[in-house]
Amino acid sequence: MPAASSGQQSLAVAVDGATKTFRVPEERTHTLKERALHPMRRIRHHSFKALDDISFEVRRGEFFGIAGRNGSGKSTLLKCMAGIYALDRGRIWVDGRLSTFIELGVGFNHDLAARDNVVLNGIMMGLSPREARARYDAVIDFAELREFEELKLKNYSSGMHVRLAFSVAIQVDADILLVDEVLAVGDAAFAQKCFDVFNRMRDEGRTIVFVTHDMGALNRFCHRALLLERGSMVHIGEPHEVADRYLELNFGRDPLATAAAEERGGGGEARVVEAWIEDEHGERHTSVAQGRRITFKALVRFMVPVDDPAASLYVLNEEHVAIVVATSSRESERSGHFDAGEQALFSFTFDNVLAPGRYSPLVTLAHRGSGLDLMDRFEGGSSFVVTAVAANGGVIDLPVEVGVSRPETPVQPQVRA
Amino acid sequence: MSSPTISREGLGRPIKGPRALTDDWTRFWHLTYNIARNEFKLKFFGSVLGYLWQVMRPLLLFGVLYVFFVLVAHVGKGGHPGERDYGVQLLSSIVLFTFFGEATAGAVRSVVDRENLVRKIQFPRLVIPLAVVLLALFNLSLNLIVVLIFALASGVHPSLSWLELPLILAVLAVFSTGIAMLLSAWFVNFRDIQPIWEVFSQVLFYASPLIIPVETVRQKLAYGKYHKVVRGGVVHHFFTDVGLFHVLYRIYLLNPLVSIFQQFRHAMINHAAISAGQALGGWVAVAEPLAIVLCVFALGFWVFNRSAPLVAENL
Repeated sequence: MPAASSGQQSLAVAVDGATKTFRVPEERTHTLKERALHPMRRIRHHSFKALDDISFEVRRGEFFGIAGRNGSGKSTLLKCMAGIYALDRGRIWVDGRLSTFIELGVGFNHDLAARDNVVLNGIMMGLSPREARARYDAVIDFAELREFEELKLKNYSSGMHVRLAFSVAIQVDADILLVDEVLAVGDAAFAQKCFDVFNRMRDEGRTIVFVTHDMGALNRFCHRALLLERGSMVHIGEPHEVADRYLELNFGRDPLATAAAEERGGGGEARVVEAWIEDEHGERHTSVAQGRRITFKALVRFMVPVDDPAASLYVLNEEHVAIVVATSSRESERSGHFDAGEQALFSFTFDNVLAPGRYSPLVTLAHRGSGLDLMDRFEGGSSFVVTAVAANGGVIDLPVEVGVSRPETPVQPQVRA
Repeated sequence: MSSPTISREGLGRPIKGPRALTDDWTRFWHLTYNIARNEFKLKFFGSVLGYLWQVMRPLLLFGVLYVFFVLVAHVGKGGHPGERDYGVQLLSSIVLFTFFGEATAGAVRSVVDRENLVRKIQFPRLVIPLAVVLLALFNLSLNLIVVLIFALASGVHPSLSWLELPLILAVLAVFSTGIAMLLSAWFVNFRDIQPIWEVFSQVLFYASPLIIPVETVRQKLAYGKYHKVVRGGVVHHFFTDVGLFHVLYRIYLLNPLVSIFQQFRHAMINHAAISAGQALGGWVAVAEPLAIVLCVFALGFWVFNRSAPLVAENL
């Protein structure tokens, strides 16, 4: 059967059921003496599953992200794709020439100057010696190391090393580039340059597989992404989904949140039964992305007949500071009369401008007006996580328009010195 | 989640992971050559006297051995025709042994020392020990120039048998490569390979015809323990422990370096020095050290090839 795939649909990388287990010896015997003294003792190993049945594919021209926490197996996966580690099970296809940039560098010889190292690394990545020598100028210029080219590499700073290594990796004309944590080192200017290169390569239709912690970069560049956790695939799909899941994993689930405080204040005329967050479609969430419109709902049950009850919502951050406070008691419309045993549903809808982090809700019930005669104080609502591409540092992230311009005439400061 | 959505036809075969060898032999050679060349450059330009040291080492060793063993202990002055140009013979063996030592001892740590390459980039792992051997080969060619100058100055005439040189060096190189592969692969898991090999190569230094020519060894060992007894005015010559001494001699000959060094002396310097065939007792017997060389090479390759896929994670 002929493959119905067009050029656009063809694959650059395919991974099928990749599994990798490391055998970690409990104690390392490096000498024959230790072996000879205890010939009968078997060295105990515990195995550690770094990758468990990973399958995915990267299309030609795709910019594919791999995210995960430390120790989630993402670097191991990259090394398996690069042919540095052998798989226990599963298969990997790589169609095209590969260039790798792994663990901040490609193994330079520190006693040699840049030229010999660049040529050797070029050959390692599949160039002929002549091609490698021809690329040298481009490499050194991109790395901005022209004035240091005569220097031995041991005199380079770590940032210079990374720049040189990254330059080699992108100058070898590979079809597929595997990059591991390139943005961790190097100054902002070089990071920007790397982004520019990524953008250019993406436009040229080259395939890039990109391992990162940086959800901002993931969102900016990747077409699709994969999230790993403890060697297993958690999610594969749109970068923003992966980024949200990643942040969710990082914040973890707080077991304290469910152990709701049973000591409730208030007179007990009514009780908040449950409180939760919904999205526009009425689906409940414990994790919400920044920028989405969310609705906070509280289900209330009345023990005695109550006239015009009002509810207030307090959204507390991890420092127990109320970031959002809203109340229904000042609404012009009265809520009406509720008999004993009746239910009421209060809702609070707002655009989620909260900074990323964990929040817990507090709901109070009172009679309309004073708000002093508390009927209930409910802290049992499950805490929720706000995910965002980046944390800016404020407690909320309002949409801010930023501008800079040059005044046509000098503006006199209005503050007298 | 794991069902393939797009046809994998056209992707060819799955990648094979890290290996000792490659399908791209041009790259294999370029890599080996460039790693060796870089190391050579480092030696050459790394110190003030540069390459002089590389040549000086065997010459200094030669000087010391010559003074003590030739001038003081009168080794090589037995009056055999094979001992003509003993000095050049000694130097040539030292140079060959220097190659062997550099190729093997240099290879021991080679894979471990190149950890930063092995863990970060895919390339045929065998390149690493081979580059060490190639570097030693570069050094050997320079040292052989010194030997040539020495030989011509001592009055050694060029002869047709000099054509044997590539063959002799090839056997030596294959033997050294086999040991280099073996040691570099073992060292990853057994770090005391290094001191063990140091001791072992010291043993080989004395068990190879550097100072003591094969003729002398044969004379002392091949016929048994020599006794000279004067009884009643008559001198009796006789040998005891013939069997034991013969076994010792055969063991001595098992060392391929004996045949290699001796053949070099015979073919390159002095035809009166016995050839490897004569030392072994017939040209058919040359198959014996050759078989050992090939076995060592095969074993070295097998061990290295087996450990290559896992070397990155065992480091």
